[in-house]
Amino acid sequence: MNLLNLIEDIHTADPEFQDRISPRRAAIKNITSFGTKVAAAALPFAFSTLFKKAYGQSATRSVNDVLNFALTAEIAELGLYNTGLGRTGLIPNQDRPAITLLRDVETKHVTFLKLQLGNNISPSNAALSFAANTPNFDYTGNKGSSNAATAPFPTVFTDYNVYLAVLNAFEDTGVRAYKGQAPFLKGNAAVLTAALNIHSVEARHAAFLRRLRAIRSGAAIKPWITGDGATASGVAAPALAATAAAAVYAGEAVTTQAGVNIAGFVSTSAAQEAFDEPLTTDQVLAILTNFIRP
Amino acid sequence: MKTTTQEDVLAKEGMARRSFLKFAGAGAIAAGVVATASSCQKHGGVVSDPTAIDLGTGDLAVLNYAYALEQLEAAFYTQVVSSPYANITTEERSFLTDIRDHEVAHREFFKAALSGNAIGALTPNFSKINFGDRTSVLSYAKAFEDLGVSAYNGAGYLIQNADYLVLAGKIVSVEARHAALIRLLLGIAIEEDTIVNVSGSGLELSQTPQKVLDQANQFISGKPLIAPNLM
Repeated sequence: MNLLNLIEDIHTADPEFQDRISPRRAAIKNITSFGTKVAAAALPFAFSTLFKKAYGQSATRSVNDVLNFALTAEIAELGLYNTGLGRTGLIPNQDRPAITLLRDVETKHVTFLKLQLGNNISPSNAALSFAANTPNFDYTGNKGSSNAATAPFPTVFTDYNVYLAVLNAFEDTGVRAYKGQAPFLKGNAAVLTAALNIHSVEARHAAFLRRLRAIRSGAAIKPWITGDGATASGVAAPALAATAAAAVYAGEAVTTQAGVNIAGFVSTSAAQEAFDEPLTTDQVLAILTNFIRP
Repeated sequence: MKTTTQEDVLAKEGMARRSFLKFAGAGAIAAGVVATASSCQKHGGVVSDPTAIDLGTGDLAVLNYAYALEQLEAAFYTQVVSSPYANITTEERSFLTDIRDHEVAHREFFKAALSGNAIGALTPNFSKINFGDRTSVLSYAKAFEDLGVSAYNGAGYLIQNADYLVLAGKIVSVEARHAALIRLLLGIAIEEDTIVNVSGSGLELSQTPQKVLDQANQFISGKPLIAPNLM
């Protein structure tokens, strides 16, 4: 997916987008010249900085913004399921029925979101493929680069444990992404309820995959998220993978909720596990960008 | 039923209540409930009638609704851990202890956050459950978790305060994680049409407070919970 297309889509959905960023048209122009002058790897940073400027915590987003945002994440996730299921010898036969079930449910989420959006689907989302071996995504987390040395998950389709870890990262990102978007849907009962009803399914999937990883690879993780970093992700090495996986769990180690010290009631780890934390829009985009082929 | 007076609760938990109200921006609603409650027979901070515990109105009703469900779950897992079923494995005991702690954390969170506006302590009735039998325990665990998920999802749109909505979201996904693990322990499908519309939209099947309370009340001794204003 072309990042510039995404920005254009947002501009279409949110005509004030350019007013939020400063200087107005120069920002888009800068991004363009940025893209041509510096390495592609630098783009996501500039991209996420631009988003941070445009969408602070207090910014509002339209229902269609949220649905399109969710759809991008769901399509990326579905492509990972489809590509994995298409690789001979990757998924053991005994796990295929469960992974297939999860894939089928994710397919329905994509269908549901597209149906809700109708003609309001963003052009960049409309152009994305979730088929096996989709050209739009780089599931090694390398932003489409051919430099294997910079890929966090180079063996995603040859090592089942790595595949499950990346799948798990997508599901947990999904949980956190929907949670963070929920306030933007307040006031639209039907869409909010639908989003919540997808959110909990993502959590069921994430928990299942975390359990599967613990059984398959001995990853020291539970179905729920303990702490942050490698403790939460179960990915301690290699360094690139650990860093990429840790980004998914930033902020999960908190033990205070709405001013109430939860660690005063239960152990610190239980206090961390008992509440899943949201991710902001730009945090999610920063994670997703690593998996998008420009 | 908790019989602490409003004044005692406020004196004891004044700090917590003040920070909650500041956080909530719900001072006006809370003050209204407290004012009404002080002129009536009361349980916790919510007006009661002689035959039922009315959860009240607005965000406080949703929070008390969640508090009631978390009380049930916490009590259930507390009993599961203190009198484990026959042949429980070390790993199962560890998971169920974790889940107990999460539910206790949720219960205590709502209690502290609601402070003087909280309903009293419920008296659970788990007489249907055979705590010595693995299948009975895990089947009820599954039922409680699925009920919790469907309850939070079905009440989300009733929440006025965005911060509460996120808090409910923080908790519901953990309940869903519990549900998934319990299903794995039972050796059943991770999702099926009874909880997630697997053959249709792929969405969880949320339930209204009325439907949820009908089910939850089967596990409560004494006056049933009602929420006529949560719809």
